[in-house]
Amino acid sequence: MANFNISVNGKKHEVDVDPDTPVLWVLRDNLDLVGTKYGCGIAQCGACTVHIDGVAVRSCSIPVASVGKKKITTIEGLSEDGTHPVQEAWKKEDVPQCGYCQAGQIMNAASLLAKNASPSDDEIQEAMNGNICRCATYLKIHAAVKTASSLL
Amino acid sequence: MSLIETKQNRRSFIKVATATGGGFVLGFNWLASCTPDKTIKEIPSEWVDINAFLKIAENGLVTIMSPNPEIGQNVKTAMPMIVAEELDVNWEDVMVEQAPLSKDFSRQVAGGSQSIRSSWKGLRTAGATARQMLVNAAAEQWKMNASDCTTSMGVISNANGEKITYGEIASMAALQAVPEDVKLKEPKNFTIIGTGRGNVDIDKIITGKPLFGLDYKVEGMKYAVALRPPAFGQKLKSFDDTEARNINGVSDVIRYGDKIAVLANSTWAAMKGQKALIAEWEEGEKLENSMDHDHDLHALLYKKSDEPRSNDGNVEKAFTEADKVIEKVYEAPFLPHNTLEPQNFFADVTPEHVRLAGPIQTPAGTRSRIAKLLDRNEDDISLELTRMGGGFGRRLYGDFALDAAEISSLAGVPVKLVYSREDDMTAGIYRPASKYRFKVGFKNGKLTAYHLVGAGVNTGNVTREKNFPAGSVPNYKVESHKLESNITIGAWRAPITNFLACAEQSFVDEVAYEIGMDPVQFRLDLLDEVINNPHGEFGYEPEKMKGVIKLAAEKSNWNHNEEGVFKGFSAYYSHNTYVAEVAKVRLVEGQLKIEKVDCAVDCGILVNPLGAINQIQGGIIDGMGHALYGDLTFKDGKPQSSNFNNYRLIRMIESPEQIDVHFVESDNDPTGLGEPSLPPAGGALANALFAATNIRFYRQPFAKQLVEIEKNI
Ligand code: FES
Ligand code: FES
Repeated sequence: MANFNISVNGKKHEVDVDPDTPVLWVLRDNLDLVGTKYGCGIAQCGACTVHIDGVAVRSCSIPVASVGKKKITTIEGLSEDGTHPVQEAWKKEDVPQCGYCQAGQIMNAASLLAKNASPSDDEIQEAMNGNICRCATYLKIHAAVKTASSLL
Repeated sequence: MSLIETKQNRRSFIKVATATGGGFVLGFNWLASCTPDKTIKEIPSEWVDINAFLKIAENGLVTIMSPNPEIGQNVKTAMPMIVAEELDVNWEDVMVEQAPLSKDFSRQVAGGSQSIRSSWKGLRTAGATARQMLVNAAAEQWKMNASDCTTSMGVISNANGEKITYGEIASMAALQAVPEDVKLKEPKNFTIIGTGRGNVDIDKIITGKPLFGLDYKVEGMKYAVALRPPAFGQKLKSFDDTEARNINGVSDVIRYGDKIAVLANSTWAAMKGQKALIAEWEEGEKLENSMDHDHDLHALLYKKSDEPRSNDGNVEKAFTEADKVIEKVYEAPFLPHNTLEPQNFFADVTPEHVRLAGPIQTPAGTRSRIAKLLDRNEDDISLELTRMGGGFGRRLYGDFALDAAEISSLAGVPVKLVYSREDDMTAGIYRPASKYRFKVGFKNGKLTAYHLVGAGVNTGNVTREKNFPAGSVPNYKVESHKLESNITIGAWRAPITNFLACAEQSFVDEVAYEIGMDPVQFRLDLLDEVINNPHGEFGYEPEKMKGVIKLAAEKSNWNHNEEGVFKGFSAYYSHNTYVAEVAKVRLVEGQLKIEKVDCAVDCGILVNPLGAINQIQGGIIDGMGHALYGDLTFKDGKPQSSNFNNYRLIRMIESPEQIDVHFVESDNDPTGLGEPSLPPAGGALANALFAATNIRFYRQPFAKQLVEIEKNI
């Protein structure tokens, strides 16, 4: 075990875990930030998507030891009160079915829109294709990304 | 107004409600304290329990319990909408709580698309009864007849213009006798039912609040990850846990049966512990292979059944007399459910009490199995329902909950058992591999014989003999065979019909093509035969089937050909709902794209159109996705896929670009929605792919064949 100082949602945390522990499990088990989900553990589904320095990454495949001073943002920290345009759009389009994949979808979409405020249909598909929705809410996700883009 | 007879006193009410499975029993703990959700503001601390389904606060807020498990089918929104409708309140004043497993509710199950259908009357009666008690209390206060009072949006008015809110009269209402009969609204007067209402958990979902079983946590709880035999048929011979116990955070290693659980302070440590176990396995039963299943299922298709599931007329004779015979075989592999939230369950087994919590579609059945396993009284066991990250049938089986209870009981600590994705995909319970052989005979252009033989792994009931085209053919025979196996199988979204419909609707399309008929007209003609000249037994309403077929044809412009667009038709009846779909595919840079699906649905009264559209779109994409890519094979008993790197699920790029849903207007009671759009989807796609390529798709997953075709385009 070793001590790591990590910054999550603007707050500093000290955690005592094995260096190979994925950020996902530090968030969920050590910091009780359970909004970030586990789906595959091998960077295939996107359920665990968080931002590191503003960029969407798969937290299941990033060891805590590699984070250093970089800033982690999770779904709980995307906005203070759930009013990030992507969150608003998800609500407006009533996207979720089971809801399990949606935090990852939202984080991925927020990262896309931060880089490209008005993505084309193809760019949305391209950027969101790494996120599986087993309930297949893909059409609503697509519509919500467009709505979010219009709310920016 | 229709009148529901509930002529019984309060005591007998429970018996009657339970016996009829109406999903409504009044609660008796008047004024019991409640635990409102602390995350929502301005929640009053005092509530009045009116019945098991609802409580009302003085400020007019209403809490409605959602009795059934939520797996993404959106009953947590739809069921309270039905109660709120008859209660006659503002939806904005309603808060929803997930009810725990409780004797107050019947059929707390998520399965068979039956949540709304089976509790429709019970939910309405619960709301209407509460409304009547509120009205009776107000009438008593005003010293007038209840029939002279009206309600609207949580306010009771009388002829003198006096008004009182539900909140103000709630505590008096709770003391009222339960009315013997209550009036239900006419559907035309609905103000909540039939209007689109957003998911009640939306704020929690978009801000990442704990909701799911995997999020469940209590002080002192250990995370458990189990190692299971890697192949079906294997048993545990011996194991060495030295390495596992050396892992930081691992606190215990426990063998139970042929499995070994690693307990730890974190999920990651438990997962590492599982990987560090060194186990030796031995062959207990035969280690099976997909190639053998393939061969054996095929042989069964040509075996005569001693007990055909249906046998009208004389098919054998009709085939010898036929002037045209068409025969085809369709095949599909095993499928894992792959709920995105892997299986998990919490259990805390103590001498005093057993506490259970987690994602389960069958809480009551699971509790009684756990009671048996632990030799405990059911009353000592509580079960809390969490929101589920998908169900698709996998969570009908409480195997993981039983395991969690057993581990907690052996370890003496609260435990949350967590499956890794690999555990989830390889631990069993799959859609069974199956095959169908269809054969039809025509005489003078008329369909005279229909013969279907089905065979499935571990399942003897792979046909739906009363479904279309039953009733349209004088000589009709259906047989079903079971191939015994040690691979565990179970219900998978739209059990059996998820592939049977694809096979049947592909066959119907091919037959229509072979006899030179338009596939829509061919279906309509057969249905006319059922209506005008029915043969034998059938279990669907041909008029409703025609209704959706015509609607889908009209909305998709079926009779109008568009350059470069290839269409496929399919229609199916399941879970009491009629669905017809038209898939349109297009060639884009050498690849086939699903451009659009038009879907016509007759599901009775629509409770929540927003949620309904989501279910239907999801079912279609799910059906097409699994028809294209779903494939789980076995080698020496071992599943050959274990995670999303070697098991393909449909993603956004492959999904249809647009799905338009067209509902048939109806005054009939609501029917199923979580499953019925899935069965016809594979057939619509297969038929559209044929239109585009002139090649038939007989074997799932289609993608294997499609890749080859696309190479030559
Ligand atoms: S859990 Fe990280 S990508 Fe699937
Ligand atoms: S909403 Fe269920 S996995 Fe996406």
